[in-house]
Amino acid sequence: MENLIEQLQPILKQVVGYIYPNEVELHWGILIVVYPYITGLVAGAFILASLERVFEVKEVQPTYRLSMLTALAFLIIAPLPLLAHLSYPERSIEIFLTPQLKSAMAMFGFVYAWYLMIVLMLEIWFDYRKDIVYWARSKKGWRKYMYYLLSLGSLDLSEKAIRFDRKAGKFITIIGIPSAFLLHGYVGFIFGSVKANPWWSSVLMPIVFLFSAIVSGIALMILIYGVTTLFRWKPIDMACMDKLASFLLYAMILDISLETLDFIHRMYESVESIHILGQLISQKLFISLVVIQILLGTLLPLGSLASVKLFRLPDELRRLIYFGAAILVQIGIFSTRWNVVIGGQLFSKSLRGLTHYKMELLGIEGLLISIALLFLPLFVLYIIIKILPPWPEAATTPLSSIAKESSQ
Amino acid sequence: MKKKRELMNRREFLRESTLVGTVLLLFGSPASEDSDSSNDNEPIHQYGMGIQVDKCIGCGQCVDACKRENDVPREPFFFRTWVERYIILIDGTAQVDSPNGGSEGFPEMVAENEIMRTFFVPKLCNQCANPPCVQVCPVGATFITKDGVILIDKDYCLGCRYCIQACPYGARFLNPVTSTAEKCTFCYHRLSRGLKPACVEVCPTEARIFGEIGLRSSLLARFMRFNKVQVLKPHLNTEPKIYYANLDGEVR
Amino acid sequence: MLNFRFRPELRMPGWKSIPFPDQIKRLLIIFIILVIMLITVRNYLMPPTFVKEGHYRAAAIDSILALPIHYAGQEACSECHDEYVALKQTSYHQNVACEVCHGPGANHVEDPSENTPSAPRQRGLCPLCHIYNASKPTGFPQINIVTHNPLEPCMSCHEPHDPKPPQPPEECGACHGEIARTKAVSHHAALECTQCHSAPEAHKKDPRSFRPSKPRKRTFCGGCHGENAESAGEIPRVDLQSHEPDHACWQCHYPHYPEVR
Repeated sequence: MENLIEQLQPILKQVVGYIYPNEVELHWGILIVVYPYITGLVAGAFILASLERVFEVKEVQPTYRLSMLTALAFLIIAPLPLLAHLSYPERSIEIFLTPQLKSAMAMFGFVYAWYLMIVLMLEIWFDYRKDIVYWARSKKGWRKYMYYLLSLGSLDLSEKAIRFDRKAGKFITIIGIPSAFLLHGYVGFIFGSVKANPWWSSVLMPIVFLFSAIVSGIALMILIYGVTTLFRWKPIDMACMDKLASFLLYAMILDISLETLDFIHRMYESVESIHILGQLISQKLFISLVVIQILLGTLLPLGSLASVKLFRLPDELRRLIYFGAAILVQIGIFSTRWNVVIGGQLFSKSLRGLTHYKMELLGIEGLLISIALLFLPLFVLYIIIKILPPWPEAATTPLSSIAKESSQ
Repeated sequence: MKKKRELMNRREFLRESTLVGTVLLLFGSPASEDSDSSNDNEPIHQYGMGIQVDKCIGCGQCVDACKRENDVPREPFFFRTWVERYIILIDGTAQVDSPNGGSEGFPEMVAENEIMRTFFVPKLCNQCANPPCVQVCPVGATFITKDGVILIDKDYCLGCRYCIQACPYGARFLNPVTSTAEKCTFCYHRLSRGLKPACVEVCPTEARIFGEIGLRSSLLARFMRFNKVQVLKPHLNTEPKIYYANLDGEVR
Repeated sequence: MLNFRFRPELRMPGWKSIPFPDQIKRLLIIFIILVIMLITVRNYLMPPTFVKEGHYRAAAIDSILALPIHYAGQEACSECHDEYVALKQTSYHQNVACEVCHGPGANHVEDPSENTPSAPRQRGLCPLCHIYNASKPTGFPQINIVTHNPLEPCMSCHEPHDPKPPQPPEECGACHGEIARTKAVSHHAALECTQCHSAPEAHKKDPRSFRPSKPRKRTFCGGCHGENAESAGEIPRVDLQSHEPDHACWQCHYPHYPEVR
């Protein structure tokens, strides 16, 4: 407690205007920034995967399995920042015991369980089953038993069974797309439904969250696909890269249009809160919103991706541009989340003043834990890839031939 | 009034029962007997508070008494109630402050000849009839009692702080000792003993009037009869049960 | 090879006849096990008093009701100290509860010999309410603690349970501080309150029942500000016939701080 008081005392001096006395302490810190960022990556990666499956975009096929596994790895970590942020993480079980059905947050457990158990796990299981059976038969030692366990004993590799796997996988993907929309739209709803907060309260919030999720997910897959391919000393499939970059460009155009619409709508309506929100942007969020989110995170990658479309550039340069754009997009989307979560708490609900957020370095709510939580999914992904390698050469039959079969 | 409440109850009941029913279907319930049957003969109270803005002298006794009565940490970041000072200048701009919640007085802020009008406004949890904090609590750790008071179950609260975000009035804070959400309870533990809330008890000018809504003869009824009253942020439809008389438009 | 197989199809003769693909049947088994586990755990961990009265733990209300009180309330005081309560009842402090000045007294009520409430006798407490502040409602008695009998304990002149001024205040500003201060920096600084108001003597004892007079006619202000008034030359003049004839002067000019614009 003394610690908290020590932190709050200097903030009191940085308050501009009037804030309610209880508002000096800022309650949702960087952990709650990390949470929507990570779920956004999950939803984005999954939606990219479903492009191949449902809309049969053949070019992005090399990223299909990798995207599924990435979504899984990030989804496993997604609740951690939330749990770490609770005063009593052990009480989180209450969300399942006595969910308060009018609460958006109570739905987290259900949305999460649905998405993890029904959508992601099942889709991956159906997609991998024949490979798992193959590995259960061909591997030695404990690995054999692990794969056997993973197969749930369903060893049937008959034509009929394989065809059922494929059909079931496709069916789940079709359910999965609205589920991914639900998962991240719901995260947006948590903020968008807070009528007390004019910076959050907006019907567009879930949709903006969703499209920025797709943007960040595609950008993440460009990075992960590129890096894993390089480390495996394989050539990067440029057709795939180009397609990913195109999708990234289109998603960004949609995303920025929505955000601009939201911005114009607020300016034009010009309600009571417009003055304090103007102050918020010009005084507190100028760097993170105008410079990082808009200029660096949106306009610069948008311009560079568009220039690839306009000019014929060599593969090497295109790859560099894609990588650069993807990294910038990640930084941009992270600061989008920052501007929503932190920005929404920097002004008083009396609409008369601004407060200040001082991030800790150490401690549960600190920067180091957050960075660890951001990289933890990559570590989980590494383990999952070890168990279920997504590479074409690891599969029993070349994936491309399966794709060909399914299209016939 | 009574009829309206009954109607509300029935509507609430229907909504609850469908929702609860869905969950029961999903999980089954250990404590499934319905409680809406009014078998207890206790009269149903509806507590509320009137605030006469013109009577507040900004002495901060209420803030101090509240902290003592409810063991609220003394630091200037945790308040169940606080007093704001409004100074509207000749040029129309408003200056607001509440140094240490108003518990230590208000030092002179602007020269008197620049002042158009100035006054104090006590603030506290609005005990909304349509409370956003209860709506967002994921586990039912904050709830509205039959007598219309919103309470917090500190042994059940997760500390997710969604309720603090959802409160439009800044009435909630995280108690640094228990690490759970906290706010004004109308001194619920005093009401059952026939006592007034501590802030009402110590207010030297009767700026705060506590009572039951719907009674015909009470201090609160007289207050409601003779004043034009206003609630805070009515556009948010939270339906507060703290009624302000002579409230200035600058107060948010 | 695989010798610990989970092979329900071998043990359950009807396995093959269930009209689902093999994969679905196995997934369903896991799903059902999970759901049963969830329900069992939920029934086991569910707080016993939940949903009894609403979507909350009814036991929480009991623990809130059991919280100790610190302020006993005035009625408790009157049981023993009825002479002070009676004295207070007709005084200006009739609405000021005992515990405002004496502090929370629940423990004193419980054990009067052990716990003595505070009885402030110094100058510190009274100014909490009675120090001058422009934001206080006018008419509320306020003093300037620097000039008002400095260092003297308030009690030496005022009995706190019946706080009458020792003699009727000379200055109106003792209660109407905001007006006095405003007037002091205005063009009317030199005017006495009595120039415009006459207060009956009783006003000083019972201010709300006996109100001071206020000028009602334009000609009153015209006595100094009229075209033909016999007053000092620098006083601004208006033509009472033509200058806003339908309105009284104070409807536009605040007499305690009169300004032309």
